Amino acid sequence: MQQINPFRPGFSLGERAESLDRHPDGRWRIVTDRGHVHVAPAVFIAGGLGSFEPRKPPIEHIEQYEGKGVEYFVRNPEDFRGQRVVIAGGGDSALDWAIYLANEVRELTLVHRRTEFRGALDSVEKMQHLAQTGKIKLVTNAQVVGLKGPDRLEKISVLHDTEGAFDLETDYFLPLFGLTPKLGPIADWGLALDKGAIEVNTLDYSTNLSGVFAIGDINTYPGKLKLILCGFHEATLACQSAFNIVNPGKKLSFKYTTVTGIEGMETPAIPATS
Amino acid sequence: MSDTIQITVIDRDNQPHQLEAPTDMGLNLMELCKSYELPVQGTCGGMALCASCHVYIRSNHALPEPSDDELAMLDSAFFVQENSRLGCQIKLRDTLEGLEVQLAPESV
Ligand SMILES: Cc1cc2nc3c(=O)[nH]c(=O)nc-3n(C[C@H](O)[C@H](O)[C@H](O)COP(=O)(O)OP(=O)(O)OC[C@H]3O[C@@H](n4cnc5c(N)ncnc54)[C@H](O)[C@@H]3O)c2cc1C
Repeated sequence: MQQINPFRPGFSLGERAESLDRHPDGRWRIVTDRGHVHVAPAVFIAGGLGSFEPRKPPIEHIEQYEGKGVEYFVRNPEDFRGQRVVIAGGGDSALDWAIYLANEVRELTLVHRRTEFRGALDSVEKMQHLAQTGKIKLVTNAQVVGLKGPDRLEKISVLHDTEGAFDLETDYFLPLFGLTPKLGPIADWGLALDKGAIEVNTLDYSTNLSGVFAIGDINTYPGKLKLILCGFHEATLACQSAFNIVNPGKKLSFKYTTVTGIEGMETPAIPATS
Repeated sequence: MSDTIQITVIDRDNQPHQLEAPTDMGLNLMELCKSYELPVQGTCGGMALCASCHVYIRSNHALPEPSDDELAMLDSAFFVQENSRLGCQIKLRDTLEGLEVQLAPESV
């Protein structure tokens, strides 16, 4: 933060860039998940591997039930009060939520593929205690393989390793299998992609959208190496082209900050945000 | 060429690939697959944290036991079977001559 301070950029932290489109005046417009709007003549996408999203189990039609009984996060535990809830998973988040929700919900079932749990020992013990006292219905050596209900989720199908398949009525199914990086909303911005990475021209790391650049792990080109050094290099070259877009007609002069300092940066040209 | 072994990797379209694997470079199976441009992501860089290098071991080679980290990851991965391993945790060494593995389905 100290390093970037002299340049006095604007920050928009803890938000996810959701959409990128052309502002009526020709500049680019980015809207975040909190509804903040940023308008700028040039955009650099440095999204790395994307954003971390929940790992979705390969259950047929699971998308159809998202928000209709299938939840990958516990946003508000109140939502589950008095309901029947099935949690799947054997890690810390599955255990923690099973323990927490066991006392809030009408019925809590924890389904895990194995008998052993790999969460923190303390959590495993707490969960086992709740299972012994009947607060948690524990189904091990089993997997949730199907979801049923004409509109909302009504039942799940469980396949047990030795006892075969059975249905279980439930109001909610929470598959808690951790997070995985996904390109996320960036995939829908009309950028040319190759295997989940943004294709760029190595002259200036520009994308197929004029004024939009992609640098760092998120881009791809022949010979690409995912290294911090390469990301910095790409940023430097992209800035040369971005300068011309931001300052049309102005001459770009190359300087060493070690020689001349960063004079002129006291009043930086910060792109308009609102 | 005593420091090279042959490994067969069966891809997700059931196509076998014969890979020449150097055993003197400290490589693991995930890195080898990536160097042959097989569809293995190796997102976490080999820390047993993403399961994108999940494979099924098809030959009878004695492999070192999986670590707790690997078991924990396999626990929350999908399409896991008895012979599931993470490629990134399998160091290429000469005892693995003739190893045959299959790439597990990609999870979304
Ligand atoms: C295990 C491991 C070891 C490594 N070791 C080295 C090493 O020794 N040397 C080296 O040079 N490199 C190393 N690397 C690679 C290095 O970490 C990456 O090259 C570098 O971090 C990439 O930087 P980045 O800014 O492009 O992406 P990241 O550092 O991944 O940052 C991307 C950021 O963008 C955010 N983001 C994504 N989508 C959105 C969105 N829609 N809205 C808002 N924010 C978003 C993400 O949350 C993230 O914070 C290693 C990588 C790994 C995994």
